[in-house]
Amino acid sequence: MSFAANLPLFSIVACLICAALSSLLREKAAAWVTRILALAVAAAAAAVLVLALKTGQTTTYRMGHYPHPWGNELRFGILEPLFSGVFALVLLACTVGGSRELVRDISRSKRSLYYVMCDLLLATLLALLYTNDVFTGYVFIEICTIASCGILMIRRIGRTTLAAVRYMIFSLIGSGLFLIGVVFLYAQTGHLLMPNLKAAIAEIWASGQSRTPLMIAICLMTLGLCIKSGLFPFHYWMPDTYGYATPCSSGILSGLVSKGYIFLLIKLILNVFGRDVFYASGIQNVLYLLGVVGMVVGSVSAMRENDIFRMVAFSSAAQIGYIYMGIGLSPELGILASLFHILTHAITKPLLFLSASGLVTASGGDKRFRALLGAAHRNPGAGFAFAVGSLSMIGLPLTMGFIAKYLFAFAAFRENLRLVPTLLALAVSTVLNAYYFTRTLIRIFNTRDLQPTAPVRLRSQPHFALAAALLIGANLSLGILAQPLITLLRKGLAMVL
Amino acid sequence: MKSKKKTKVSERLRAWDQSSFDLTDALELNPPLPKAPTPEDRESLPVIDRIEARQFAGFRKIYPWLAGLLGLVMSAFLLLGVLKLPPYGAADNPPHNEVMDRYVGEGMHETGAVNTVAGVILDYRAFDTLGESHVLYTAAAAVLILLLSSSRKGEEPPELRRIMEDDPILRNTAKVVVPFVLLFGVYIILNGHLGPGGGFAGGAILGGGLILYAIAFGYESLERLINDRSYRVTIAACLCFYSAAKCYSFYCGANGLETIFSTGTPGAILSAGLILPLNVAVGLVVALTMYGFYSVFQRGRI
Repeated sequence: MSFAANLPLFSIVACLICAALSSLLREKAAAWVTRILALAVAAAAAAVLVLALKTGQTTTYRMGHYPHPWGNELRFGILEPLFSGVFALVLLACTVGGSRELVRDISRSKRSLYYVMCDLLLATLLALLYTNDVFTGYVFIEICTIASCGILMIRRIGRTTLAAVRYMIFSLIGSGLFLIGVVFLYAQTGHLLMPNLKAAIAEIWASGQSRTPLMIAICLMTLGLCIKSGLFPFHYWMPDTYGYATPCSSGILSGLVSKGYIFLLIKLILNVFGRDVFYASGIQNVLYLLGVVGMVVGSVSAMRENDIFRMVAFSSAAQIGYIYMGIGLSPELGILASLFHILTHAITKPLLFLSASGLVTASGGDKRFRALLGAAHRNPGAGFAFAVGSLSMIGLPLTMGFIAKYLFAFAAFRENLRLVPTLLALAVSTVLNAYYFTRTLIRIFNTRDLQPTAPVRLRSQPHFALAAALLIGANLSLGILAQPLITLLRKGLAMVL
Repeated sequence: MKSKKKTKVSERLRAWDQSSFDLTDALELNPPLPKAPTPEDRESLPVIDRIEARQFAGFRKIYPWLAGLLGLVMSAFLLLGVLKLPPYGAADNPPHNEVMDRYVGEGMHETGAVNTVAGVILDYRAFDTLGESHVLYTAAAAVLILLLSSSRKGEEPPELRRIMEDDPILRNTAKVVVPFVLLFGVYIILNGHLGPGGGFAGGAILGGGLILYAIAFGYESLERLINDRSYRVTIAACLCFYSAAKCYSFYCGANGLETIFSTGTPGAILSAGLILPLNVAVGLVVALTMYGFYSVFQRGRI
């Protein structure tokens, strides 16, 4: 076995060890540990990606001396290292770009605990991506839930406590449903490892008998992950959670944590339920419908917001709708588009939160649009970053958002019945996105009644500049040269299908 | 009268909602009321609970009914599933397959643990348990985030303290019981690979003993043993050992190498390879976390 195949295990363990050690360190040291860790994880992911491209098939990595169905396993093709690399870099960008706000929002004695939580979240995301065992998935979902609440409530204002309670309730319902689903599956198949589960489920489905409990198990697991990732109508925890957390947390929660759950769901659909069973069950139609409605409802809610953070948060609800719409459309092109949109959103949303925070700080800490008039002139760097993020969310060419929408539309053209609703939903949602993002852009670039103040230079906010450069660079380069990425995703998907 | 009271409550909620709020205040018996916002404050702050209060006023009335209905539907859905599952305890149930056969039949031979459960959770499916022990660590860190008081003054409320100091029954019972509880906890941990028990169960017992001691004799008497520093260092050391040891064993397993840990003679106290040291590490983490939860909830620090 090539040495690179060990790297996923080493990455996960390194994250866990760093998390344990960071609780002993001072904040500066803990911050550097997290940054170096994220870089190392990304480098390891690149090596694993090269390995997967070389072998051209998925690798199953035995965790210990026992193969499946007895022991735990990891399994990775192209998709897993690709996503873990991107997620690690986005986490790096969030923690670097939001470091000034972290100092402002978090009391000194708790700052190193923040980085503990970040390390744990990175470990969780990696485990959710790489696992080949549904119960391992559940265990790491638990860590993810608690750590997400941790980075949310560490900012001590009443609103975050309230948001954390709400998030916790939604999240625990989601985990509970997922666990009951796992129990149902185990009772019918006697397995927890994905390949064995897939074989057993296919057998039950083919036999035609006792399909009901199987369907219930699939429903419960899907529903649990939908609630946790904030699909309409379960998205009401989003505005508070993303809107009041410290910007770094908002970026991590919206960009990465919810995507980890969605990736696990895609993995379950392809590797556990089997795409034939799942796409014959009718659940995909429900996901499609909720996705389409979520795209419109999320955008309408965002339009009505008066607070820039809450607006961006509601726009997340709409983007989650896009992803689920793709999953509901079809297993090949639909999921391909969804995977691309997961990356788009993971790269764009943290940028929006970080730059919005820059704009708000330059406007005296007031998050309402009235106060943000002309904010981009007070902080040009943040204004530029927010503009790029907005354009990507609207889906203008040269950005990743455009490619994602193009892929969704492309996937829709293979459908008969759902072609028109999909295109219509895409159009309506795009117009609404364009409406509220353009309105915001006009406001922040407004020059009327502008008080002459010295603008905040990029040189005085090097952390933000670095993070924004990374995220903008990724967004534009992947938006302009999207074909290699799409080819990678397609190859990765073909490996799993 | 009622409406006046209502506005007062909503004012306080508003104040709580928008000002900075330290949960450790709630540990005091009579927390100071948050300052009511001045009219100007209210003007300049975002309107809270817009969704809850104004836009969905009707929704609040039907909410309990909807919640009840949803609960009923979910229960019916789950019960339907349970009815159609294979009957409980039947011999030919799907879980009675080759997985169980190997766990039960070969477990003692392959892992060296007489206790099959310990063999499964710490050897066959050790990665899950590695995650599970970090769930505990995450929870402990989250509780610290929530309740760690920034001041160093943290002590239990004086009323509670006086009650405890004047309680001879508590003190004398604790004096007799605590050593046995601790000893039993250690036994459960060390015996985890030989019989029912293990790190999680034994650690909980140890933690319970420590909490009882702290209730009866105060935290100061324990502080030489367990303080913020030793708490963090021990937990971090145990978890690092756990992760590193398991990483080594996974690495060896995946690459087809033999580990340096032998299974030994099943039944001997020093057997079952890594299971015994892992149980000790988990036990320490669980015990400290339990004690830590109690202490942080009670007085805002370890």
